[in-house]
Amino acid sequence: MSPSTSGAPRHLPAEREGAWEVVIGMEVHVQPKTRSKMFCGCAVAPLNAPPNTYTCEVCLGMPGVLPAINIAAVEACLKTALALSCEIPRHTKFDRKNYMYPDLPKGYQISQYDLPMSVNGHIEVGGRTVRIRRVHLEEDTGKLVHAGDKLHRAWESYVDLNRAGVPLMEIVSEPDLRSADEARDYAMELRTVLRNIGASEADMEKGQMRVEPNISVRKVGSSGLGVKTELKNINSFRALHRAISYEVARHVEVLQSGGAVVQETRGWSEDEQRTFSQRSKEFAEDYRYFPEPDLPPLELDRAWIEELRRNLPELPAVTRAALEKELPAAVAALIGESRDLTELYRQTIARGASSTATANWIVNEVAPSGKIPSPDNLAELVRFLEDGAITRDQGREVLAESVETGRTPAEIVAEHGFRQTSDPSELLVIAEAVIDANPKAASDYRAGKTQAIYVLVKDFRARAPQANPKVANELLTKLLS
Amino acid sequence: MTSDDLTRITVKEALRLLRLGTISSADLVTAHVERIERLDSKVKAYLRFTPELWEKQAAEADRKLRAGAGGPLAGIPMAVKDVLCVQGVETTAGSQILKGYRPPYTATAVQRLFEAGAVMIGVTNCDEFAMGSSTENSSYFPTRNPWDLARVPGGSSGGSAAAVAAGEAMIALGTDTGGSIRQPAALCGVVGMKPTYGRVSRYGLIAFASSLDQIGPFARSVDDAAVVLSVMSGLDALDSTSADRAPMEVLNSFDRGVKGMRLGLPREYYEVEGVEPGVKAAIDAALVVLQKEGAEIVDVSLPHSDYGLAAYYIIAPAECSSNLARFDGVKYGLSEVDARNITDLYMHTRRKGFGAEVRRRVMLGTYALSSGYYDAYYLKAQKVRTLIKRDFDEAFQKCDAIVSATSPTVAFPLGAKTQDPLAMYLNDVLTLGGNLAGLPGISVPCGTSDGLPVGLQVLGPQWGENVVLRVARAYEEASEIKPEVADVA
Repeated sequence: MSPSTSGAPRHLPAEREGAWEVVIGMEVHVQPKTRSKMFCGCAVAPLNAPPNTYTCEVCLGMPGVLPAINIAAVEACLKTALALSCEIPRHTKFDRKNYMYPDLPKGYQISQYDLPMSVNGHIEVGGRTVRIRRVHLEEDTGKLVHAGDKLHRAWESYVDLNRAGVPLMEIVSEPDLRSADEARDYAMELRTVLRNIGASEADMEKGQMRVEPNISVRKVGSSGLGVKTELKNINSFRALHRAISYEVARHVEVLQSGGAVVQETRGWSEDEQRTFSQRSKEFAEDYRYFPEPDLPPLELDRAWIEELRRNLPELPAVTRAALEKELPAAVAALIGESRDLTELYRQTIARGASSTATANWIVNEVAPSGKIPSPDNLAELVRFLEDGAITRDQGREVLAESVETGRTPAEIVAEHGFRQTSDPSELLVIAEAVIDANPKAASDYRAGKTQAIYVLVKDFRARAPQANPKVANELLTKLLS
Repeated sequence: MTSDDLTRITVKEALRLLRLGTISSADLVTAHVERIERLDSKVKAYLRFTPELWEKQAAEADRKLRAGAGGPLAGIPMAVKDVLCVQGVETTAGSQILKGYRPPYTATAVQRLFEAGAVMIGVTNCDEFAMGSSTENSSYFPTRNPWDLARVPGGSSGGSAAAVAAGEAMIALGTDTGGSIRQPAALCGVVGMKPTYGRVSRYGLIAFASSLDQIGPFARSVDDAAVVLSVMSGLDALDSTSADRAPMEVLNSFDRGVKGMRLGLPREYYEVEGVEPGVKAAIDAALVVLQKEGAEIVDVSLPHSDYGLAAYYIIAPAECSSNLARFDGVKYGLSEVDARNITDLYMHTRRKGFGAEVRRRVMLGTYALSSGYYDAYYLKAQKVRTLIKRDFDEAFQKCDAIVSATSPTVAFPLGAKTQDPLAMYLNDVLTLGGNLAGLPGISVPCGTSDGLPVGLQVLGPQWGENVVLRVARAYEEASEIKPEVADVA
């Protein structure tokens, strides 16, 4: 969920695109968090592993090999399906999608065709319900590395099969999205859900999440669907937004100039910031799907599915709604995005710490550092700060050290002798020294340049880090008036 | 006992002598190698030999036997069909497209036999990718029938059948997709068995049609075949279609005789079109023997048999068109790299690497799976398959096992059917029902017609290998027709 658009009124496509309405459906490929590949025991290769080092006879498609299902991938897919409120049919099976390409070692991809793992789900994005058509499992292909500047001029091509056989979940939405904003928010919400339930890291930059929007436009008020194009090569949420905006404008331009949109797959060029034709539907492959004879149909154990459903963590939308009762929407969104931060927040306030102060420390200090303190220690720290016993700067040091060493804030504060001085009589002498040492800033301030106070405040903090900034500020303004 | 006599005995007898210390595995291997050197230039059962394996494995078996140990096949010379991967041993599925290919791993079934002490002699010839019924579709050379060198040994596992029949191996492995073990066993006068689908792991079997393929043994006695089968059987985590069944159950009461058993005689099989009178006569005689042993012959019907061939020739090519897509010249085997683009690489490699029958089936299967034809062909064929399964289920309500000829004909002359694929396909008409229904079946020698071997087929219900073996064994014992080693001339 993007804070900038969360809950905000939508731009009506009609306003932006004249009399056209944008219709977007999304195909999202997500790599579930598993140790091994979909159908063999190979470890999932880390990014940038040397080519073909994470392979075996199975994922290399050697003659005679057979697939064996990785149950961890099935579990991740089911969890995802349940989180998206999908139905889990009793019977599911794998199918072969047949096409030849050098990055596809067997000459077919094991995927799911007419009996996917799950169907008919939905997800709420910014107040809109987006229907999920299906979530199914398949295997990834390898990749080609071309020697040469352009594919059609490459003089040599190499195949790297490290990714071949890596599990993928494909999440297909209905065409329920109406703008680039919505499409991006949908993708971000999916990522949040996937991370929250532990199904995937869903990092787009690492290729763990690949988003392919299907885009068409139609006259406002029309219920039919226009000719669609599918976009590929999108590597970030920002690129997703730009690619859709570009493509929508292109569709409208084509249609308004009396032309017809060609149904095709188009690539997004990050360098040129435009889409380009990749594959026309006229030459579309006939994938000759048929049931994978090497894998018996799966009869999913209902008790297992119910157990997964029971153990599913609270969904981000529910978390956010609960947090929004105590916190501003933007803060609730930031904390609610992460399971760990939500837990930290809830357990810290359960120990009596103030919710606003706790939330602020989590958003401003804990989240950027990526290091999670124990709720006990955070609660203690927040209490020190609220009591005015230490300064914010000292608080940061205490937090960092506490996370590092596991020691309690009380121990750290005592050891460093951290305290906050709020007694004006004690600080007055420092205020006078600061003004003496910065005559220009002082005279600037007196002359009405109020920003000059910051020079003095900075010097104050350097001379007396333990000083209560509020008191210091008051003293300086008083002396200068 | 002369060295050559060691090529005529059964596994059972050989094991007895090995355990007594009368002979060694090395002796057995030497006897077989000598016979191969004398005869195989005529029979041409083998594509290649594996001296590095037989030396190591025979020595290992002898060491264990001397220590009073050794598995159930310790020291037994074995031939392996060219579709089963053996690590480091050139394995080509009878095809030019895999020439020079050495698998990095060993098929589960072969591995289990190695662990039981079997000694690999070599790789046997077969129809390319196991597609054929005469071994004439091998891209290397045809194999000859040891009983009449002008005739075919059957196929596709013709090399394995001929090797066992000619005394060039004591046991051999084949694969059976539509009859490719049972039919050559019948034509070569040896025992050949196809297990229930899922009994033996297919891991390492270069797939022809995944839902039909099974690995099975050739031997010169039912007992020997039973031992080989039990060793290969059982769950394999690497094959999700393999079943968690106890390997030894195939031997349950298999030596009890047929007294009181009901043997079904499907009229559609008995009166099959093109059945030779001599074959029919041999089967009639076999039925009399079984009746004398106390079996009751009952009339059963498999009403959808007529559609079996058509369904088979949709399903098998459809699966093969997908299974063979990996042979693209990119990763292993033949690669016609002098190509302008990737499509050219595929086309040139596959045109040069695949023979006519393989190309025909890939095209048939691709067509059958195509958008717009899938329902009319593949889906319809699967429905027929369900009906055929039901036919068998109903028949097994009335009988314990089904008996018929294995092949409507005896071995035919080389070249007799190569120009007529449909005539060739009809060889499988009595066997492919067992594959479509996933049932166990055996072919056991039952006399001759015009001096050429005839096979009696016994089919059993799913997981009923012990029933099939029981009927075959009882017949073998009562008929006193023991599989013999052919005197190749």
